[in-house]
Amino acid sequence: MNHSISLTVNGARRDFVLDDPRVTLLDLLRERLHLTGTKKGCDRGQCGACTILVDGKRINSCLALAISHDGADILTIEGVARGDQLHPVQAAFIAHDGFQCGFCTPGQIMSAIGMMQEAQAGNDPERIRECMSGNLCRCGAYAGIVDAVLEAQAGMDESNQRRSA
Amino acid sequence: MKQFDYVRPATVAEAVAAAAQPGAVYLAAGTNLLDLMKGGVSRPDRLVDVTHLGGLDQIETLADGSLRIGALVSNADLAHDANFAKSYPAVAEALLSGASAQLRNAATVGGNLLQRTRCAYFYDTASRCNKREAGSGCDAREGENRTHAVLGWSESCIATHPSDFCVPLVALDAVVEIEGKTGRREIALEELHRLPGNTPERDSALEAGDLIVAVRLPPAARGFATHARYLKVRERTSYAFAVVSAAAALRIENGKVAEARLALGGVAAKPWRARAAEDVLKGVAPTADAFQEAAWRALTDAKPSGDNAYKIELARRIVVRALTLAAAGTPARIPALPASPFASTSGAIHA
Repeated sequence: MNHSISLTVNGARRDFVLDDPRVTLLDLLRERLHLTGTKKGCDRGQCGACTILVDGKRINSCLALAISHDGADILTIEGVARGDQLHPVQAAFIAHDGFQCGFCTPGQIMSAIGMMQEAQAGNDPERIRECMSGNLCRCGAYAGIVDAVLEAQAGMDESNQRRSA
Repeated sequence: MKQFDYVRPATVAEAVAAAAQPGAVYLAAGTNLLDLMKGGVSRPDRLVDVTHLGGLDQIETLADGSLRIGALVSNADLAHDANFAKSYPAVAEALLSGASAQLRNAATVGGNLLQRTRCAYFYDTASRCNKREAGSGCDAREGENRTHAVLGWSESCIATHPSDFCVPLVALDAVVEIEGKTGRREIALEELHRLPGNTPERDSALEAGDLIVAVRLPPAARGFATHARYLKVRERTSYAFAVVSAAAALRIENGKVAEARLALGGVAAKPWRARAAEDVLKGVAPTADAFQEAAWRALTDAKPSGDNAYKIELARRIVVRALTLAAAGTPARIPALPASPFASTSGAIHA
């Protein structure tokens, strides 16, 4: 039996006919939309490489059935830059060597963007480490990742202050 | 993953009817179910998706002072609800000590209650497991069992229930609201999960079609807000299941314990309420000696199910620590490393 769903992906509405309900959001993004920035690491919710924002919240796309997310608003790594202008978190990862091989990086960046919106960690490195623990990095670039998140958070705090001043 | 039919009911009544069929299971976020299905551990014929049902995602205070949490409220939304965290701090701390931020954003209250054991032999379909396949045997008995149960286990099954959330909930007398074929009923959370006995394939008291629609905390649960903690020993500081955990909540009046609540996690197939320990604390001063006595009482019936005798002493110590920290007072803010028994030191690397 076919099921029709529609999603908003990186700002554009996309309609799909699913002939199999087993498709995850991860596989839909990669196989149907060819948005391969979202990575398939463990495919079991343990590594965080597949992290995307769904309705503004970071989740593991490998453990989300596409069919259950009819109507959802999805943001992937392909949708965070504005043209050639990197998202501040992307720029901070480059500035602080927040990666080595890069495989976990899209998930790390999406997770960091989601975490900053959750506003639970602030600029406390220990809370950042705790709030980023769902993203594994086998190269061990954690120190650079925390520094990158701290810089991006400081930039966000500064621009919020300017806006409210 | 085995093929399945997908059903999206419009009402709770439709959902119950659809899920009462043999081979049907409910789908909420799917953070545990999809993992199990990918591994061939769960092989449902039909998924009844309840995520689009209305009215199950509210947190509301009832007229009598109870708190009613809809089954579809996410673990993160509940833990980060400021009023909730203030009134039930040990529950919020337990939630934040579980899984990862991504999983907490997706995972629901109802799903957390019904998550399956993390026993490696349950997950490994090449192993014998009485919980996965009734009557097949238990490879955990002679296997790697250092994290398995020390209370309430049987020769059929030594698995533990992995939830952190359920541990303070059971200490606070939470009630589960269930919609079933015969209408609405409610049971104490303590009665929801079953000990294995000879039928470990049945995790809970739920019948076919039963849908958890809400969890309720009674008015008295607020009375412990100023002296409540959850502590969890795990093999890494974050994003790991409990080896042993404890929820401790005290009501202290005039320097004496007016009432104590204590429950343990990671030790049995259900969140383990320690009433004998609560009883010895009633009316006494909150001293180290009293907490030692309580810890001893809590583990009186414990026995190793394999290479896990250490868990009994570990559980005693975590009970003492949790009671000591609860007596010292609930911290103003949940610590950076929720439920960690280790002191938070700025600059330490916990990756």
